[in-house]
Amino acid sequence: MTTNRSDQVAQEDLVMFINACLACTGQREFYDDAYGQRVSIDFLHDYILGNYRLLYARSLAAGINHFNQAQIILKLLATGKDTLPEHREEEGALIAHTLNTLPPQRAWGVLQQLRQRKINNRRSRAIARDYLSMRRDISFDAVKYRAKVRAIATHAHLKLQGELSNFLFRNWQQKVYTTELFENFRQAHYSAEAVYKLPFTVAEGLATKHKIPRDVFLSRIQEQMTLGEKLRFQGAAERSEKVDIDVDLGRLPLTKLALYILSFPWETRKQQQVILTLALERSSQFTLKKAPLKLGKVAAVLDCSYSSSGSSEKRRRPLGIALATHYFLKAASQEYRAFWTVPTPEPLLVRPYGQTDLATPLLNALASDADLVVIISDGCENDPPNGAAQVLQIYRTKLDPQKRTSIIHCNPVFNAEDFSLQNLSPSIPTVGLRDAEDLPTMLGFARFADGSAPLSELEDYLASKVQQMLSNSIRV
Amino acid sequence: MAQKKRLLADISLKGLDIAPSQVRGAVRIVPLIRRNIRGDLRLNRRSCEEDITIVNLEGKFTDPSTKYFSYVPHGLVMSWTDDGSPVASFGGQILKPDGQHQEYGCVSVRLMHRMAKRESANQLRFLPLHLAMEGFLSLFFSGPTIAWREYSKYALSHGLGSRHETAVSYIAGLEDALRVFEIHEQQVGVLVFVAESLASAFVVPTPEDYRALHTSLLEDFYGELIYQYSLLYDTTWPMETTVDESNINSLADLRGAIAKIRQDWASFQGFMAEGLLQRQLNSQIVYTAGSFLLQRFITDLQPKHENYIGEAIIRESGELEYLKTYRLSEAQTRRAYLLSKLAEHNWNIVATAKALSQTSEDFIARIEAAGFGYLLNQSVREAALKKTKKSRI
Repeated sequence: MTTNRSDQVAQEDLVMFINACLACTGQREFYDDAYGQRVSIDFLHDYILGNYRLLYARSLAAGINHFNQAQIILKLLATGKDTLPEHREEEGALIAHTLNTLPPQRAWGVLQQLRQRKINNRRSRAIARDYLSMRRDISFDAVKYRAKVRAIATHAHLKLQGELSNFLFRNWQQKVYTTELFENFRQAHYSAEAVYKLPFTVAEGLATKHKIPRDVFLSRIQEQMTLGEKLRFQGAAERSEKVDIDVDLGRLPLTKLALYILSFPWETRKQQQVILTLALERSSQFTLKKAPLKLGKVAAVLDCSYSSSGSSEKRRRPLGIALATHYFLKAASQEYRAFWTVPTPEPLLVRPYGQTDLATPLLNALASDADLVVIISDGCENDPPNGAAQVLQIYRTKLDPQKRTSIIHCNPVFNAEDFSLQNLSPSIPTVGLRDAEDLPTMLGFARFADGSAPLSELEDYLASKVQQMLSNSIRV
Repeated sequence: MAQKKRLLADISLKGLDIAPSQVRGAVRIVPLIRRNIRGDLRLNRRSCEEDITIVNLEGKFTDPSTKYFSYVPHGLVMSWTDDGSPVASFGGQILKPDGQHQEYGCVSVRLMHRMAKRESANQLRFLPLHLAMEGFLSLFFSGPTIAWREYSKYALSHGLGSRHETAVSYIAGLEDALRVFEIHEQQVGVLVFVAESLASAFVVPTPEDYRALHTSLLEDFYGELIYQYSLLYDTTWPMETTVDESNINSLADLRGAIAKIRQDWASFQGFMAEGLLQRQLNSQIVYTAGSFLLQRFITDLQPKHENYIGEAIIRESGELEYLKTYRLSEAQTRRAYLLSKLAEHNWNIVATAKALSQTSEDFIARIEAAGFGYLLNQSVREAALKKTKKSRI
């Protein structure tokens, strides 16, 4: 009995932790401030690290967000000596692989954090060395993330190959570089023409040095811009009129695209409705190709209340996730119906507005006879308070005890006060969601979230995720 | 005579629905929804940055007349049409600067004329809550109507003279509560509860006006008790309504049950505000604007109970278009109560004391404690003091 109870506690702890890691980014939320979020998630990390070290490391493979992956890597590297010898190899492989899959700016950021937090041991140095050797084009990274690479090279005493060492530490002593990018970087300090061969962020500073007019610079540098940069400069391009930065909206990640579209004023969205809808549909098809998901009859309850406007740090994030999920589910299911908290005829024109009335759309969704009901909401309902909770509870216990309709609640907001996601009702699973693209993973994880699956199953699930992740890395 | 009939007798929230509340910390905000929005009356905020505002209540500024001194962060401008059509020019009017601004180095002053001042044919500026507070201060302002010998020379020649009341313009947690409050689509007002006691009721004519004036609640002043409550408490009472599972056999039943929950919330919150909603009011008309009546009111004074002052605009049909209230502190209630009792008995101290079943010495001590000692003759005060001392020994 006691083992059962301790298993149950462990299961609950882990689910809470993984859920938090799916949603929380330590940033300000609508109801919480950034400091509270940071303190809360930091405590949770320390708690899980201290009690369930192996599972803590394995949660790297559970599809959690980048912020928490970075936190886990740092905390694991800082406390390396607590690792049991039999787990050392797996932990190292997990860290190395996660670092490789993180976006480069984040991965370099993690390594730089090692220096700031004064973490320096044999493993952390080896991890830095391996990351450097795994980079496809280290000269590009050395130019673009110069300060970070320098910091890491000194901190981890790395032996640098070829001209890299000269470039980072003795750059003006070498008159001519044979590495093309290094040579471009050197030339760009003197010639305005060479600026355009550099990564955008580096070129930007040098363009100011050469006093290149902004519109000329923006229109010529386009080839060097990443997709994210192109997206960021759409507004600037529109204002100057002379520049036109081409960006293929359909290739953007779904949630990012949804957030970008929501940043437009209502009138613009209405004017470009056809183009934007098409882009969203293409993007969701693209996402589906990467992570196949086939669903039957689906109904979604989507929260577009005022609280979905997020915060100044996560602007309209909950609403963006709801919008992206709408298009994703539409593409993934045979039959799909959406129910917004404030009924909107056209989802593209949705606004974060009004009170949270989840009970009405939920009742409509349940009445639509769907196999799967997905609720996207921050879980704070107020019209009436606890209305949806009552509906869910009675529906589960009285109207549908056989669970013919599965209901899942995806919450994009981490609740700092009780270290968990605000749930609507304990009778349905609540999972964290940061990007609509993660929905297939979330649907898989949901069966642990309501506490019905035992710890052993969760352990198996994580182990299989780790297997999957590491086997992928060998193929790469 | 016709106007007399339209005096506000009680606040019934006619034309308004109560929606379930939203809670943050100790602040509970109850939205009020209007189903029928007409748009022929609009309210607009006019901010004043001055440290102090002096309002001349009658006559010219230079004349010796009654003046009202206060910190007034904003005024409200009311525009209306006579034929019931929406106020078309709303937001586009050319507004003249209001009153006179004066700078004295360490302090800036605004001089204003009247609490409610007509600015053009269909436009009126008034100072919210200050209008009600001024009415409260000027209650029985002229003092004794008969020159009883107990009263001081000052009271007989100046009435109550210079009066002051204090109120607080800070409620801990209110700012946060207003920030996260989700405004309903047709919402025109709120009832604000702090630690489950009614701090303020606020209603405007249209949802657009409400959105614009939502944050103006921060600049209003509140009763002292509410201020203390906000510091003392950080949560509200847990309130929950549940559906009786045994009666539910289908989704339609469930839908009905949720509708029932909504009704329960509305009626219960109406009950919570009973101290204001079910009370007899003494109203006074301030301005008649076409079919709208701006009036200020005070609830019938009951010491030991909640008492409110406020102002309201009602339509001909009795619908509430504008409302703002202030909860009087206990001391304020006591003062007003004593004055009203005195006025009831023609300012005869012996008769009033008798009516309150007290000796006149005790009654005089009560007047002293309320801060109205200055109205009485020094010899009367001393005699009363002596007697009460003796009786204590």
